[in-house]
Amino acid sequence: MSSSTDWPLWEVFVRSRRGLSHTHAGSLHAPDAEMALRNARDLYTRRSEGVSVWVVPSTAVTASSPDEKDSFFEPAGDKPYRHPTFYEIPEGVKHL
Amino acid sequence: MVAVTAGRTAQGAAGMTEAAAQTEEAAFDAAVAADERIEPRDWMPEAYRATLVRQMAQHAHSEIIGMQPEANWITRAPSLRRKAILMAKVQDEAGHGLYLYSAAETLGTSRDELLDKLHAGRQRYSSIFNYPTLTWADVGAIGWLVDGAAITNQVPLCRCSYGPYARAMVRICKEESFHQRQGFELLLALSRGTPAQHEMAQDAVNRWWWPSLMMFGPPDDASAHSAQSMAWKIKRHSNDELRRRFVDICVPQAQALGLTLPDPDIRWNEERGQHDYGEIDWTEFQEVLKGNGPCNDQRLAQRREAHEEGAWVRQAAAAYADKHRAQGESPSQGPGRARPSDGSDTAATPPDHPGTAAPSAGSEPSAGPSPSTGPEVTAQSMEATT
Amino acid sequence: MTAALALGDDALVLSHRLGEWAGHAPVLEEEVALANIALDLLGQARTLLSLAGDEDELAFLREERSFRNVQLVEQPNGDFAHTIARQLFFSVYQHLLYERLAAGTGEFTDLAAKAVKEVAYHRDHAEQWVLRLGDGTAESHERMRRGLDALWRYTGELFEPVEGVDIDWRALEGDWLSAVTSVVGRATLALPTGPRAGAWTAGAGRQGLHTEPFGRMLAEMQHLHRSHPGASW
Repeated sequence: MSSSTDWPLWEVFVRSRRGLSHTHAGSLHAPDAEMALRNARDLYTRRSEGVSVWVVPSTAVTASSPDEKDSFFEPAGDKPYRHPTFYEIPEGVKHL
Repeated sequence: MVAVTAGRTAQGAAGMTEAAAQTEEAAFDAAVAADERIEPRDWMPEAYRATLVRQMAQHAHSEIIGMQPEANWITRAPSLRRKAILMAKVQDEAGHGLYLYSAAETLGTSRDELLDKLHAGRQRYSSIFNYPTLTWADVGAIGWLVDGAAITNQVPLCRCSYGPYARAMVRICKEESFHQRQGFELLLALSRGTPAQHEMAQDAVNRWWWPSLMMFGPPDDASAHSAQSMAWKIKRHSNDELRRRFVDICVPQAQALGLTLPDPDIRWNEERGQHDYGEIDWTEFQEVLKGNGPCNDQRLAQRREAHEEGAWVRQAAAAYADKHRAQGESPSQGPGRARPSDGSDTAATPPDHPGTAAPSAGSEPSAGPSPSTGPEVTAQSMEATT
Repeated sequence: MTAALALGDDALVLSHRLGEWAGHAPVLEEEVALANIALDLLGQARTLLSLAGDEDELAFLREERSFRNVQLVEQPNGDFAHTIARQLFFSVYQHLLYERLAAGTGEFTDLAAKAVKEVAYHRDHAEQWVLRLGDGTAESHERMRRGLDALWRYTGELFEPVEGVDIDWRALEGDWLSAVTSVVGRATLALPTGPRAGAWTAGAGRQGLHTEPFGRMLAEMQHLHRSHPGASW
């Protein structure tokens, strides 16, 4: 019945304060980007949660698939030399 | 629209080998056991998905139907301060409905589908909103008791095993902390006010107390979905456990208010370290659930009317967007057309909806009980509100 | 404090009308948007009325003939297009007015400096919707046209000078007309051609003459407060 009037879904990203990244806050429906932005402002920042908002059509996001979880993310697990804690430094050495 | 038809499940359910299915199920069970969150694109048992969609939908419906009894008093609020508070609260309820519909959409069921089911009487909302708000004090009683009961229900939901639901609940609980306090404060002002105001407050508490207790759902031995929901960690405490906790919280608060709870059987049970309370009238509960409460028809009628009368507005905006998209122009000037200038950090947190695996639209396994089938209340944690 | 009452009553009454939308908006997102606007206006009203006296006494204990709002804001909501037409006419006016007040040095400078940001958003909201309804479907176009038509006769009154507000009212009216003309044109609509001023057009709200629906609105708004004289809430 209402399918012809369904408004598309948008993902909302909010920068909570200057110096921080935009993070995903949630989603909402809007007929177009302009309205999505305004709805996002009304809905996700009415308690001063943000200084900047992005909206992205949900269909525009490409996400990794859980089926590929292992091949995507596990190979990074056995490379501890990418982290500073991997290296032992004699006590007393500073600025490292 | 959410890409609900990108059907991983369609493949998953039909094409997967039995061994692979067992591995997936084992991974799901392990994640739940380890208190990890299940995310939208993870494999999940169909019944888990159905339970969640039903519960989130019912919860979302409760938020938007729950706007009505309180909005009933916005135009009559007796001071401008109270009017601002009440408007902000009713607005929050609309917002919470939005968060919850979004969470439900991560499982591939669109908000429009869910609204259609609500309007057709095929999905429920919390029965408490089928009681009328007869006086101004009812606004206070709803805040104190109904929101209080809802919070008791909702706080454990912040740890629900389904990620998007848990995240929505975190936001809701944070925002809702003012709802209960304003209700208590409102009642306190009345209780300490003129004799007529005091009487108004007591009358409201008398009428809302028992329905609030019913919000936790049927007793544990009669709750259809509880056990499975607890095993899945959608639900964390039993109905009776939460109800008892709520009574314990309310007894001293009522004393502080200078009001009495309409139950002569409430007394401290030294042995259990909790309060005992009187018998709940489950017949009334079931009648209201069946649609025979004082306001069932009225609430649903108003909701349908708002939706139907809004149809031309939604169509207009969609038509406008289509036209201007077809013309390849930005539909209108506005402050927000600029591309994000520092796109480097876009992917801070991946959204839940894209590519969501889901049964194709319309195939929701359980549409929820029809209103005439009686008290099949789903896990009561969804009875949360406002 | 004529001016504080006039501006305060405008905000109070329009906020009340928008509050009537709660639970009836065409889509959930719009529930949130309309409530935001209503809350902004209520905040402005409370500040302004407090300049003139006790906010609750002024809101709940004055008779109809003592209210100083323009008749535009007291008009019933009608359908969504009607409400949006009212929002367009009023928010463009209020935005232009508050910009001037914020730039001035009068008693409203601080209040206007804060409120002008809120009002800019109300104006944007109204303009976005006028565009979508005007240039949406045939039905929405027609409804939007009817809304503009019906409320047109209440717009002349907006520019009657308010005692204590020292601005160039003719220039304000000129700016308002060109802003409204532009939006309505982009929405593929035309401004109504009926009269905006003169004998039987609206125009005495500032003198305490209101329209019939206003009395009923006040009866609803004030009855509880008045039923408990002296009570605090």
